[in-house]
Amino acid sequence: MADVSMAAAMTGPRGAKPKKRLTGRNIMLYGTLLVVCLYYLLPLWVMVMTSLKGMPEVRMGNIFSPPVEITFQPWVKAWAEACTGLNCDGLSRGFWNSVVITVPSVILSIAIASVNGYALINWKFKGSDVFFTILIFGSFIPYQIMLYPIVILLREAGLYGSLWGLVLVHSVFGMPILTLLFRNYFSSIPEELFKAARVDGAGFWGIYFRIMLPMSLPIFVVALILQVTGIWNDFLFGVVYTKPDLYPMTVQLNNIVNSVQGVKEYNVNMAATLLTGLVPLVVYFVSGKLFVRGIAAGAVKG
Amino acid sequence: MSATTEAATPRTTSAARPRPRWTRNISAKIAAIPMIATALVIFLGGTIWTVVYSFTNSRLLPRTNFVGFDQYERLWETSRWLISIQNLMFYGVMSLVFTVTMGFVLAVLMDQKIRFEDTFRTIMLYPFALSFIVTGLVWQWILNPQFGIQGVVRDMGWTSFTFDPLNNPQTVLYGLLIAGLWQGTGFVMCLMLAGLRGIDEDIWKAARVDGIPTWKTYVVVIIPMMRPVFITTLVIVASGIIRLYDLVVAMTSGGPGGNASQVPAMYVYDYMFQAQNLGQGFAASTMMLLSVLIVLIPWAYLEFGGKKHG
Repeated sequence: MADVSMAAAMTGPRGAKPKKRLTGRNIMLYGTLLVVCLYYLLPLWVMVMTSLKGMPEVRMGNIFSPPVEITFQPWVKAWAEACTGLNCDGLSRGFWNSVVITVPSVILSIAIASVNGYALINWKFKGSDVFFTILIFGSFIPYQIMLYPIVILLREAGLYGSLWGLVLVHSVFGMPILTLLFRNYFSSIPEELFKAARVDGAGFWGIYFRIMLPMSLPIFVVALILQVTGIWNDFLFGVVYTKPDLYPMTVQLNNIVNSVQGVKEYNVNMAATLLTGLVPLVVYFVSGKLFVRGIAAGAVKG
Repeated sequence: MSATTEAATPRTTSAARPRPRWTRNISAKIAAIPMIATALVIFLGGTIWTVVYSFTNSRLLPRTNFVGFDQYERLWETSRWLISIQNLMFYGVMSLVFTVTMGFVLAVLMDQKIRFEDTFRTIMLYPFALSFIVTGLVWQWILNPQFGIQGVVRDMGWTSFTFDPLNNPQTVLYGLLIAGLWQGTGFVMCLMLAGLRGIDEDIWKAARVDGIPTWKTYVVVIIPMMRPVFITTLVIVASGIIRLYDLVVAMTSGGPGGNASQVPAMYVYDYMFQAQNLGQGFAASTMMLLSVLIVLIPWAYLEFGGKKHG
């Protein structure tokens, strides 16, 4: 924009300037963006195309070309027949495990974090900021250092290797970023509202449920998006805190694709990869701008 | 400290009720128990526990048989660990430089009041929604020497064409980098774009009035103004890099040649849960913690040192 106005200032006004769409600058700009988009879209294209080909065509053809003969066999096989170890019921097992892990983890972590954020803004007590600082530092500390102590805690509680153990772990590690997110959002709600409710006699939970919750639905959606994709995509905690029968989808996918036995079926592998990526992709495309707003708000305002 | 807490405590408007101090805000304190427990028991307690036990010779089970710095001496004599550190440093520097520059340049392009901005952003950001496992497996397939890019170019007649980064110890890190950048630059672009949009329009007008060329305005005015955004981005990206694990597991499992693409997080996992040598795992994870603190403490000092935050 600045370039255009600069050029205009230099040559001076000569009547109404015809609007040119195809300036050199625009060609450069859109050209670069298109090339960049190609790099970003290429893997998705390759994934879809490979997963729709039969194995002979994969061996013969070009990974970038669309299938000559479309087949959904790889998808069926990836979903229901692919083997990991002794289980040959496909990725469906991992999918349902991931669902059972993700749903309670998301609800629990958002419930805890939103109350935390609310308490940190409106009900500060002595030391609350200290705990919050530890929490934020905790989000940067490599998980590896806390892996084993958590194994011990879960074992003591009888939850090691169970889905609920993993749910707790996800809730704990989701807490820092979500608390930060809610704390920042609640701080933008005018304090007068809170004070008025106090005057009217509302207590801690009354204000939370009647004022804070209804006023901050967008941030709850943002938190939901962050948590669903984050927990669905987790690998490390799934490997460490569950056993093979309960492995989440990502772990099972890796075991299917990177297993050394058997002939490599690339089309099935790509169908399985796509299936695993489908849930976060759907969340992403449906949520659109909220996803962007979420990550930008969570990161920049902190 | 107590003075500021006093001022921040919501004032009860009813007549002063004489209540013991600790019962004030009692529901808030109860509601904060999960946070306090997480902060103290898991984040603080867990970290201290691991650091303490890194000085023991625990193998299959944690034991309190302290052996001083033995684990650390062994760690720094293990070639696999040394390679892991080198790999991470190389990957980390490359990844930081490329994600931040690419992210910034893309954000500048996106900020030119272009059409279809939402479409472009959607395309650039979708990989960020995918897991490292999915990312790694797709790129492993694209970089497959027989069927991937190399195979396609060879089929077109250029039979000596070689592009097989994942099977060559010299180039395997570049292979990881291609996938890592694909996954993460969209996110950095969004952070940078939010930063650019946060800059006052008047700054641009002033620069235009003074006749400063656009590129120069970016370098001289905008980038310095975006310092907080850059620092936040660097910290987020850097702390992600130190954790690098899933991507390597999916793409190379640490290979080729056994350990050409090993990273510290892998070393920790293998020693803790596979090789049943807990002491080594603890020592290695303590070193990871140390490296994060080296990044984090100067940042926290710069950001929160002088002023009161929150």
